[in-house]
Amino acid sequence: MVVTSQKAKQLQKVLDSHLLSVGVSLAILIDEAGNVIVASGNDNGVDTTSLAALAAANFGATAQIAKLIGEEDFSILYHKGKKDNIHFSKVGKDFILVTIFTDEIPLGLVRLRVNQVAQELLDLLAEN
Amino acid sequence: MALIDLNRREIHCKIVYYGPGRSGKTTNLFYIYNAVSEKYRGKLLTIETRGDRTLFFDLLPINLGQIHGLNIRIQLYTVPGQSHYRATRKLVLKGVDGIVFVADSLRKRREKNIESLLDLKNNLKEYNLTLEQLPLVFQYNKRDLITSAIPILTIEELENDLNRDLKAPYFEASATKGIGVFETLKEISKRTVKYVARKYIFKQESLRAEGGLL
Repeated sequence: MVVTSQKAKQLQKVLDSHLLSVGVSLAILIDEAGNVIVASGNDNGVDTTSLAALAAANFGATAQIAKLIGEEDFSILYHKGKKDNIHFSKVGKDFILVTIFTDEIPLGLVRLRVNQVAQELLDLLAEN
Repeated sequence: MALIDLNRREIHCKIVYYGPGRSGKTTNLFYIYNAVSEKYRGKLLTIETRGDRTLFFDLLPINLGQIHGLNIRIQLYTVPGQSHYRATRKLVLKGVDGIVFVADSLRKRREKNIESLLDLKNNLKEYNLTLEQLPLVFQYNKRDLITSAIPILTIEELENDLNRDLKAPYFEASATKGIGVFETLKEISKRTVKYVARKYIFKQESLRAEGGLL
């Protein structure tokens, strides 16, 4: 897929205004092959290339688990750390939105916002 | 699925090293990682089981420099070769742009090579891809053992078993010593970048010519 400068800015703006504005530290939109399409926020030295590859693989692996119990896939994954938490959410069929946030941000708020931006991101991505 | 990021002026391509277990896919990546200066490579990511077999995949991002003002970034992946990891191999193939098939020259691994190539074909089919359409390079590894007493397949036998119909380029290699590793990488990179450019960039340009979205 091709991401133009204009498209990257539009996508980034959506991430900034809905996710970073509520305190999410880092939001990354990736595709299912593990490519970073756009990232926003403070990466604090996080290796986003590895993170994207592992996130895509993680989704693939849990989709297989889903199939074992008769589900198509799991659309949301969440891992809780001591300080930082990570939330993965499927955006359409081909994309994944990864958000990293501290304990100070309620999970419910992140889930709500991720849900709200999903369609907006999808519309922008579909315009290609 | 390659990603062309015109904002950062980068092209990302995914090359997967496929082949039977213990044929030397990870060894290829390790050799490249150690030989390339830090400026041109990212972190090597490996997920291994005990006994240094790949569990999920290895990933090595490489920067090939610029073509037409665009930075070419290649992500090299390996798959776990052991036959029971089929589901994992299929996952890693998602969005693949080029394939290196690392075959084992040991005579006793002959069936495993053929089996692995068939498995690759079947996995690609599930993504509506064929080996004929994708950039492909064969690497016949462990050629250094030819001087030892261990029975080794000849190049003719390997070609006949694997590459008879595909007619892809092949390289003789000894990945532990680095022989043939960069020749393989260079050829697959060249073919992959060409394939991606033809598939995505020219398509977009023709769209633009037709008053499209760019």
